[in-house]
Amino acid sequence: MTGITAASLEIGQVVAEAEFALSRDSLVRYAGASGDFNAIHYRDDVARLVGLPGVLAHGMLTMGLAVQPVIDWIGDPGRVLDYRVRFTRPVPVDAAEGALVTVTAKVGALEGDFARIDLTVTFNSATVLGKAQARVSVA
Amino acid sequence: MIVNPELVGRVFAPTEPYLVGREKIREFARAVLATSPLCFDVAAAHAAGYSDLVAPPTFPVVLQDLTLHQLLSEPDAGIDFSRVVHGDQRFSFTRPIVAGDELTATLTVASIKSLGGHSMVTAESSILGADGTHVVTATSTLVVRGGE
Repeated sequence: MTGITAASLEIGQVVAEAEFALSRDSLVRYAGASGDFNAIHYRDDVARLVGLPGVLAHGMLTMGLAVQPVIDWIGDPGRVLDYRVRFTRPVPVDAAEGALVTVTAKVGALEGDFARIDLTVTFNSATVLGKAQARVSVA
Repeated sequence: MIVNPELVGRVFAPTEPYLVGREKIREFARAVLATSPLCFDVAAAHAAGYSDLVAPPTFPVVLQDLTLHQLLSEPDAGIDFSRVVHGDQRFSFTRPIVAGDELTATLTVASIKSLGGHSMVTAESSILGADGTHVVTATSTLVVRGGE
């Protein structure tokens, strides 16, 4: 359907890149959709009370959006067989400026009809997810 | 307050069946900035061989959260929610979630490790379809910060 095969891929190849502009609205929308209503994701006063600089994006929102360029590339969310991340740095979302998150997806490994796609996810030039890997079917 | 080490291996009661709705998939897909037509357009999902809309890969977090709530409210767990930070997350699929699925999730505490005064609690939520077959396992490591 997408014409992607394991034979057409090389280790290190960039298969997708994207930028996501997050705003406070994005966080409220994610809170409602996911059911995660932790107030540090929409109230600066509560975030500061627990020692944070201000409202942060939900880690699961960052994880959720970071795999979307991979899905657009393979054409089917059902071809993501395994997806893992480590949350290494928070993404503060300024009330006025928002936050720009960038994603680069590269082929990390190839095994038969499967590819491991390694994601580099950054905010302010620093990576925010560690060991972000999606195992996808490329058959 | 330390996390109770006796939690390791504890298996919680399965959650009440959760019926995955089309509009919930669309709502969640919009929230994670998904653009795949398979998450929004039933005809596109059918054309790709699915019975209905396909959920984004991180959708199982909705069910996982129900199980983590069970864990955090366990009387003897010793986990103070205000000190919990999400460390790691993984989803391992046998098949994708589609609209119409009726899912149950069962949490097992896989491990508890201590690291520099913090506790790392790894919880595995096994999510099954109405026929009892495996759909996805959501594995979450919670870092419970130590302190006073």
